Amino acid sequence: MSLLELKGVSLSFAGSRVLDAVDFSVPAGAIVSLIGPNGAGKTSLFNCITGFYKPQQGSVRLDGTETLRMKPHQVTRLGIARTFQNVRLFREMSVRENVMAGQHCRTGAGVIDAILRLPAQRREEAATRDFAEACLRFVGITEGWDREATTLPYGWQRRVEIARALATQPKLLLLDEPAAGLTSGEKEELIGLIGRIRDERGIAVLLIEHDTSLVMRISERISVLDHGVMIAEGTPREIQSNQKVIEAYLGVEEDALDL
Amino acid sequence: MAQFPERPSPWGGLGAILDTPAKRWTAIAVILVAMAAAPFVFGSYGTVILTNALLYVLLALGLNVVVGYAGLLDLGFAAFFAVGAYTVGISTLHFGLNFWLALPLAVLIAIIAGVVIGAPTLRLRSDYLAIVTLGFGEIVRITARNLRETGGASGLIGIDSPWLFGWHIRTPLDFYYVFCVLVILGVIASVRLANSRLGRAWLYVRHDEDAAEAMGIDRVRVKLAAYIVGAIYGSIGGAFFAANLGAISPESFSFRQSVLILMAVILGGMGKIPGVILGAFIVILAPELLRDFGDLRLLIFAVGLLLIMLFRPSGIWPVRSKR
Repeated sequence: MSLLELKGVSLSFAGSRVLDAVDFSVPAGAIVSLIGPNGAGKTSLFNCITGFYKPQQGSVRLDGTETLRMKPHQVTRLGIARTFQNVRLFREMSVRENVMAGQHCRTGAGVIDAILRLPAQRREEAATRDFAEACLRFVGITEGWDREATTLPYGWQRRVEIARALATQPKLLLLDEPAAGLTSGEKEELIGLIGRIRDERGIAVLLIEHDTSLVMRISERISVLDHGVMIAEGTPREIQSNQKVIEAYLGVEEDALDL
Repeated sequence: MAQFPERPSPWGGLGAILDTPAKRWTAIAVILVAMAAAPFVFGSYGTVILTNALLYVLLALGLNVVVGYAGLLDLGFAAFFAVGAYTVGISTLHFGLNFWLALPLAVLIAIIAGVVIGAPTLRLRSDYLAIVTLGFGEIVRITARNLRETGGASGLIGIDSPWLFGWHIRTPLDFYYVFCVLVILGVIASVRLANSRLGRAWLYVRHDEDAAEAMGIDRVRVKLAAYIVGAIYGSIGGAFFAANLGAISPESFSFRQSVLILMAVILGGMGKIPGVILGAFIVILAPELLRDFGDLRLLIFAVGLLLIMLFRPSGIWPVRSKR
């Protein structure tokens, strides 16, 4: 059974259809890419999966649990974590504190625990810290944990954001254009990191990405979205030779020639 | 990596100056001695003014959790102050309840009021909270003015001063020390909250609601927690205010009070505890110190406030230590 299963998801904003009866799935432990031209609805689909948008029709299931009516924080708690297209780290907070945010939904200390600082609360704080630091080490950031996160170089900020998402202990990680703005060296590291997230942590990864060579190298399955419609699905090799995909990207030439 | 700045803390850069335990304990000792000795230096009138300033420190610490930590604009904070004061007044006068039983009751009622006002409004954008809290503040005041139980416009008089283990807390000096203890507890609670799971969550939600939601943080719940913590501070302040004066009237809880407390928070520097304490002292002491100017004192005070906001828009307390 698939880890994530979308059936007939339709979303429209003020009458214009953004997603049209999209069927889509991510098998457990897989690395899947979602590609498509600009404005195809990829980020909208991410927002439907994570609960930020409410599709008018369809069903979104994680491990069989319907998430369509859930709020974003409930979806995260259930096991879907995400990063954002433009990095969104918390300002004026340290790198470590940013990553500690991920553990919020796995811990429970409240006002009274904080004020009394009982042993249970201190243990929980220490565990949150340790877990955040382990996530930072996992993405390859081993220093500067006390620095303000938004002052780090861009490529580091992207990795902190991935560490923050991993700190929620997800089953599925959604990466929205993780390679955007990275140098070729950093892209190589990213490919390695995505592989390790799946191999060492058993987390399925779904990514939106425009860098075709990166997508072809790491994806096991690729889905192609165009104008809100899922036009193709398959292995990288199948997608490369798929006529519909080529048309979506290059435009339809034959029609023009016929005239 | 030394070129990247440290992130700001609730101590507002004080940690960088007091960087060793020895320095910290010295500072704490100096503050405690100053607090203990102040009444003997400033005389009986000075003690009353200082007690009032300490009350405002307590209220400002509470509002700082709402405004400074969670970033919610609350324009009716005096309502919780009123709920605390009137609960103690009514339950001790009409029902003969002991002050120490009336106090938790006051806190409980403030929490309930906080949930009733906060739960529906905190789902909306923060502007709505400002409007609703403004209304709530006025509703509480006008209700107090019109009910028989609250004594109408003349308020309640003859509220008993409390006993504590055989000590009758009665004189202005007694209350001065009670408020000293309350402020110390208030500061400790405030700092501990700032450095906790919830304290971080307030900052996450304040900086980026969507990213916080994506991290699994229930923003409504987290904001409600901040609002309720503020309500608890306000009601405790109100309860001791009532016990101290022995008389309360609706005009003690007007919109002006809410603005004054908010001013203390913003003036000193939102989210920074030393700044908030400083702000509360300025708001209470400046009009007293300007008494010689007669009718002009409020004008001078207002101009001073405007100048501070013009030249230090993020508060008097320095944002971060310059190194």
